[in-house]
Amino acid sequence: MKQEAISSLIARREFLSKLGCAATCAGAAVVGAGALGVMQDAAAKSDSPAASGSFPTPDYDWTQHRWGFGVDATKCIGCLRCVEACKRENDVPGDAHHFRTWVERYVYLEGEDKPRIDSHHDPVNIEASGSEKEYRFANRYKNAKVEKAFFVPKLCNHCAHPACVQVCPTGATYRTEDGVVLIDHKYCIGCQYCVQACPYGARFFNDSKQVSDKCTWCYHRITKGLQPACVEACPVGARVFGDLKDKQSPISLFIRNNRVQVLRPETGNAPNVYYVGIDKEVS
Amino acid sequence: MDPLFHAATFTGYVYPNETVIPWTVLIVVYPYLTGLVAGAFTVSSLYQVFGMQRFKPVAHFALLTSLCCMLIVPTPLLLHLGHPERAFNATITPHWTSAFAVFGYAASFYACLLMLETWFVFRPHIVQQAQERKGLLRWFYQVLSLGSYDLSEKAMGYDRKWIFALAVIGIPAAHGLHGYVGFVFGSLKSREWWSSDLMPAVFLFSAIISGTALLIVLYVLSCRLRKIPVDLACLKGMAYTLWGFMMFTLVLEGVEFASLVYRGREGIEMIMEYVAGPLVVPFFIMQFGIGSAIPLVLLSYMIWRGTTGRALVVGVATSALLVLLAVLMMRWNVVIGGQEIAKTGKGLLTYHPLIFGREGILAAASVVLAPFGLLWVMIQLFPPWGKTQHP
Repeated sequence: MKQEAISSLIARREFLSKLGCAATCAGAAVVGAGALGVMQDAAAKSDSPAASGSFPTPDYDWTQHRWGFGVDATKCIGCLRCVEACKRENDVPGDAHHFRTWVERYVYLEGEDKPRIDSHHDPVNIEASGSEKEYRFANRYKNAKVEKAFFVPKLCNHCAHPACVQVCPTGATYRTEDGVVLIDHKYCIGCQYCVQACPYGARFFNDSKQVSDKCTWCYHRITKGLQPACVEACPVGARVFGDLKDKQSPISLFIRNNRVQVLRPETGNAPNVYYVGIDKEVS
Repeated sequence: MDPLFHAATFTGYVYPNETVIPWTVLIVVYPYLTGLVAGAFTVSSLYQVFGMQRFKPVAHFALLTSLCCMLIVPTPLLLHLGHPERAFNATITPHWTSAFAVFGYAASFYACLLMLETWFVFRPHIVQQAQERKGLLRWFYQVLSLGSYDLSEKAMGYDRKWIFALAVIGIPAAHGLHGYVGFVFGSLKSREWWSSDLMPAVFLFSAIISGTALLIVLYVLSCRLRKIPVDLACLKGMAYTLWGFMMFTLVLEGVEFASLVYRGREGIEMIMEYVAGPLVVPFFIMQFGIGSAIPLVLLSYMIWRGTTGRALVVGVATSALLVLLAVLMMRWNVVIGGQEIAKTGKGLLTYHPLIFGREGILAAASVVLAPFGLLWVMIQLFPPWGKTQHP
C-alpha cells in the first residue's frame, strides 16, 4: 500500500515536472515568437517596406528613388483643383481649417508696400464658396487697382532635416529612404509637438483620428508609379513631381532648367519642395 | 453634437492649419504644476541639504506638496493626448532626438525619488501608526512600513543619510525636470516667441518662486486651520527666498524680451503689435504689474522696514498669492502667446478657451486643484507637523 502511494507520488511528480517543462517550453516559444515578431517589426522599419509583405506595392524598392516636388508659381491660376483632389484622395477633413495642401494668394495693390495674403480659411473666401467644404478665391479685388498678384501652392516640404521628425517622442513620424516624411497613424500618440515644430504650418491635428496628419506626396500612389493627386489634377502644370535620381524626370529637369528656391532655408530643415516665381514676401 | 474642433479667429495672414490652436490651457497647467514641484522641493532642500533650521516647520510639508503636485503632473498631458492609451509608446520606443521622449523617464525617476524620500522622512510615523492603529489603517501602515519597525538611533542615522543623499540628488533632478520643460518650448525654431536659449532658465527661476509662494500660502492657511501662530522666522525665510529668486526671474525675463526685440528678426513687427495689443492685460498688467511689481514692492518694503507680526503674515501671504498669479500668467503668456503669434510672421490669432470638455477651463482648473485635494488626504495620513520626531 505504502509502495503504491510512493509510486503514485513519483508518477505525479514526473507528470508535474513534464507539465512544467511543457509550460516553460510553450512560454519560451511564445516569448521567442513575440520577440521575433517585434524584431521583424523593427527590421521592417529599416529595410525596404516591400520586403515585409504588407506593402501595397510588392516590387517597390525605396532605395532606388529619391522623390522631389516642384512648384511653378508663375503658372498657378488659383483654380484649387489640387486642393479638392487632395481632400478627396486622402480623406482630409472637409473644412477650411485642415489642409494637406493649400494655395495662397498674394495681391499687391497700388500704393501699398505689403501684399494682401489670403487662403481658403479666410471668411471672405468661405462666404464666396458658400461652404467650408468647397474652395474658391473670392473676387474681392475687382474694384481695386492691382499692381501685382500671384498664387503660391503650399504643401509639406518633406525636409531632409525635418523638425517635426526631430521632436516626435515616439518615432511615429519618420523620413523614408526615398525622401518622404510619413506618419504612422497607428503609433502616433497625438501630442501635436510636430504640429508646433513645423515652421511651414504643413501639419494639422486630424480630429476624427486624433493623430497628426499631413501631406504624404500621395505615397500610396507614387510607389505604384502614379503621380500625387494634386499634380495629376493641376490643369496648368504648376506642380511637378518626380524622382531626383532620374536625371530626365520632370523634377530633375525642373530644377536644372530653372533657378529654384526653397521656403525658409534659414531653419536648416532643408526642404524638398522647389519653387519658381515666388516673391520675397512668401515664406 | 459638439464640433470636433474650434477654429481661432485671426487678423493678417496665418497658415490655414494654424487656425486650430494645438496646445490649449492644459499645456499651460502642465508647466505650472511641474514648476510648483520644483519650487516646493527647493524649500524642502534648504532644510534637508543646506541645514537651514528656520525652514524646519515647512520642510516636510514642502516635500508632501512637491509629491502631490508631481503625482498629478502627467494628468494634463494625458488629457491632452489624442491617444492617451498609447502614451507609453514614448517610453517603450523613445525617439531620443525628441525633448518629450525623455519626459517619461525623467518624471518617473523624480517621482520615485520623491516617494522614497517621503517614505524615509515619514518612516517613524509609519512605524508608530502600524503599531497603534486598528483595522484597515493598521494594515495600510504595516504594508507601508515594509516590515521594518526598527527606529533605533542606528537605523535613524541610516535614514538621515538616505534623506540627505536623496535630497541632494533631488535638487538637480527637480530643477532639471523643470529646466527641460523650458527646453521643450525654447528649442523649437518655428516660433520666435519661444525660440530662446534663456527659456529653460526663465522657466526654472519662475518655478522656484511659484513653489515658494505656494508654500507660503499653504503654510499660513494651515496655521490658521490648526489655530497656531505662524512661525515668523520661517515665514521671513521664505519671503527672503521669494524676493531673491524673483529678482533673478524678472532680470532673466527682461533680458529675454530685450534680446527678442533687439535682435529684431523677421516677424518682429507682428510680435510688437501683439505685445502692444492683446498682451497688454495678461502680460503687462497681470503678470508684471499685479503679479510681480506689487509683491516685489511690498516684500521690499517689509524687508526694509523690518515688518513683523500680523502685518508680515498678511503682507507676505498676499505677495505670495500675487506671485502665484504672475507665474500662472507667465505660463499662459508663453504657451498661448506663442501660438497666438502666427508662424507666418504676418498675422495674429486669438485663442478662445472652452469652458467644458476635455481641454476646457474646468478640466484645467480641476487639474490645478487636484494636488491640493491629494495633499489634504496625505496630511491626514502623514502629518508633516505631528508629534512624531521626524529625521
